[in-house]
Amino acid sequence: MISANSFIDFAGLAALAMLLFGLVLVLWRLARGPTAADRVIALDLLSMLVVAFLVAISIHARETSYLDVAIAYACIAFLGTVALARYITRTSRRRSEQKQGDQQDG
Amino acid sequence: MVDYLTGLLMLLGSIFCLVASVGIVRLPDALTRMHAATKTGTLGTGLLIIAEALFYRQLGISLRAATVIALVLLTAPVAAHLIGRAFYRSGEALSDRTWIDELKSQKGKTV
Repeated sequence: MISANSFIDFAGLAALAMLLFGLVLVLWRLARGPTAADRVIALDLLSMLVVAFLVAISIHARETSYLDVAIAYACIAFLGTVALARYITRTSRRRSEQKQGDQQDG
Repeated sequence: MVDYLTGLLMLLGSIFCLVASVGIVRLPDALTRMHAATKTGTLGTGLLIIAEALFYRQLGISLRAATVIALVLLTAPVAAHLIGRAFYRSGEALSDRTWIDELKSQKGKTV
């Protein structure tokens, strides 16, 4: 039976490695697209993974102030996602209105 | 004993986060990707934050951990709903394996 401390150290390293691999996968989707909504979803998951990463590093480094960073980051990431989603809705509506206008003019 | 539970929760949480990112790479269209990212990501992050609260066992840390969990649980569904609405309204094609689209007859009206 390994000691509790070394088990937590191992779990912290494994968690950080898995989260890092997950971040790479999400970045691949962020670069790839194909639609704007896909990129916003990837950004949303990216921010959630960063919160998880901050929490994991706070356990691994025995440093509690990373948790405050996680709180602030979660708030800001939500605002960013909402703004980007509204932007997609607005631009797509404008594009469809333009298309209808063109058809009526023609 | 609680320390082993902490390590186990950390491993579980990061595995769920990894599953969420695999889902976002492998699934066919934006709505299914959003389903993987939101639900699994929330669960994974929540488990990691519970592990943090169990690891320190102090009132201040537990309260902050509860704040982060509440934030994630409140904001993730709202963000997912907004992105889903934006995706559907932008008129991009759904996956070719989608066979129920209950909003189709109402297209053009408010979604």
